[in-house]
Amino acid sequence: MATQNTKTLARLMMAPSVLLLLVWMIVPLAMTLWFSFQNYNLLNPGNVSFAGFFNYQYFYTDPAFFQSIWNTLVIVGGVLLITVVGGIAIALLLDQPIFGQGVVRILVISPFFVMPPVAALIWKNMIMHPGYGVLADIAKFFGLRPVDWFAQYPLFSIVIIVAWQWLPFATLILLTALQSLDGEQKEAAEMDGANFFNRFIYLVLPHLARAITVVILIQTIFLLGVYAEILVTTNGGPGYASTNLAFLIYRTALLGYDVGGASAGGIIAVVLANIVAFFLMRAVGKNLDR
Amino acid sequence: MARNVTTRHKVTATVAAWVVALIIFFPILYTLITSLKTEPEAIAGFSLIPSGTFENYVTVQTQRDYFKPFMNSVVLAVGSTILALIIAIPSAWAMAFSPTKRTKDILMWMLSTKMMPAVAVLVPIYLMFRDFGLLDTRIGLTVMLTLINLPIVVWMLYTYFREIPGEILEAARMDGAGLWQEIVYVLTPMAVPGIASTLLLNIILAWNEAFWTIRLTTTNAAPLTAFIASFSSPQGLFWAKLSAASTMAIAPILILGWFSQKQLVRGLTFGAVK
Repeated sequence: MATQNTKTLARLMMAPSVLLLLVWMIVPLAMTLWFSFQNYNLLNPGNVSFAGFFNYQYFYTDPAFFQSIWNTLVIVGGVLLITVVGGIAIALLLDQPIFGQGVVRILVISPFFVMPPVAALIWKNMIMHPGYGVLADIAKFFGLRPVDWFAQYPLFSIVIIVAWQWLPFATLILLTALQSLDGEQKEAAEMDGANFFNRFIYLVLPHLARAITVVILIQTIFLLGVYAEILVTTNGGPGYASTNLAFLIYRTALLGYDVGGASAGGIIAVVLANIVAFFLMRAVGKNLDR
Repeated sequence: MARNVTTRHKVTATVAAWVVALIIFFPILYTLITSLKTEPEAIAGFSLIPSGTFENYVTVQTQRDYFKPFMNSVVLAVGSTILALIIAIPSAWAMAFSPTKRTKDILMWMLSTKMMPAVAVLVPIYLMFRDFGLLDTRIGLTVMLTLINLPIVVWMLYTYFREIPGEILEAARMDGAGLWQEIVYVLTPMAVPGIASTLLLNIILAWNEAFWTIRLTTTNAAPLTAFIASFSSPQGLFWAKLSAASTMAIAPILILGWFSQKQLVRGLTFGAVK
């Protein structure tokens, strides 16, 4: 009887968050799905009609759609490559005995706490500006022509900014994982004459596998939705050169007032995110069993 | 000899680590330096020595009313975090101390709501906010941020609560503690550090959230994310002032962040890496 009471109590305690999240998940998503089958433009809200799959077809045949998907993949892939490789290298470095370890850690982790619009504007104005940016100053110092980053390499510039924001996260997690590596194992490998390269491949990398997986999967969730960085730097341009799927949907919805089209894009984004989520859930779920 | 080698190794590693750290930190440092320059100085080429004026900070306040978005950020971040904690603590408590077969499924499902891309629900949320008069209100945005971060809060609390040993409760009961005493004297002191870490991390996440805060506000409820983003247009391009505004926008959270490094790893990996 007592356990029955405890169970009821436990259910009551869980009810608010479960119900809230249930509503939060189902209602807007159901509305997006519904809108995606409607002709609905905010400029002409009185004239709503059933559209069938027209919105999907429209979104799918828009040349900007494939470019935005490609750009999304470039941002995710590029940032992952830089942050994982760079993160491993920096984590290995910080795992050495060094003077001022605490301060170094603080400096390295800092960019993660910079809000996206600030990060993007710092890079846009102070670092990458073709006239007055630090990179332009460096180029001029060596007698080179300064690069107009956002005009010439818009997507690459965004990858750099976002990678700067996420590199600390990857580093911190990999460093944490690295520090849990058994010191005796390392010593034993050293005694057996394994050089740095072999120790890295056969001992360190397998130990980091789980942390790397977690870094990749968690970053992917956030990287699929990069938005503010694009908004304040290139605004998706030139043309659609730096528009990712998230930004394209925003454009369609709030600049094009096309509710139906944006909703169809939203559903496509959900499908993409779910593919990623599927793998993340498996990785995190496994850990829960352990 | 061996000692000599290790010292040299340490010095080399130290130099390398400091160089890397300073490069990574440089954009933030340079923003701080630029905020202390005059406007002509700010675009006069590379220089690490500012004239040390605080004029920009004063101007940002007097011309753009910096205090208003700052207070909005505080209210939104703290408000949504406390609201999320109030909702999440009982849930996480129940999951940690009376787990059932379905607890794990519920947790995984909660996490999965976090993976819904924000843009996918931009249209319905925007329309709902418009129809309910919630656009550009602190209330609307607080609720939004609460919902966004609720899964992470539940998860973090759960991973902390799960580490409180059940035996300690039995011991307390053996000593004749009632339920109330159990909660006040045994559980609360053990749960407080976990709750504090969760609070800290969630304030950081809410402070830096830059999709909904920009899209659902214009002026009244606009927090610092939206305030700074409004500087992206060319007419807002006053570098020294922008740097001053940026410095003030990131300084509080940077300092909070330095204190929460360890919890950050744990919280953002849902306990998968500790």
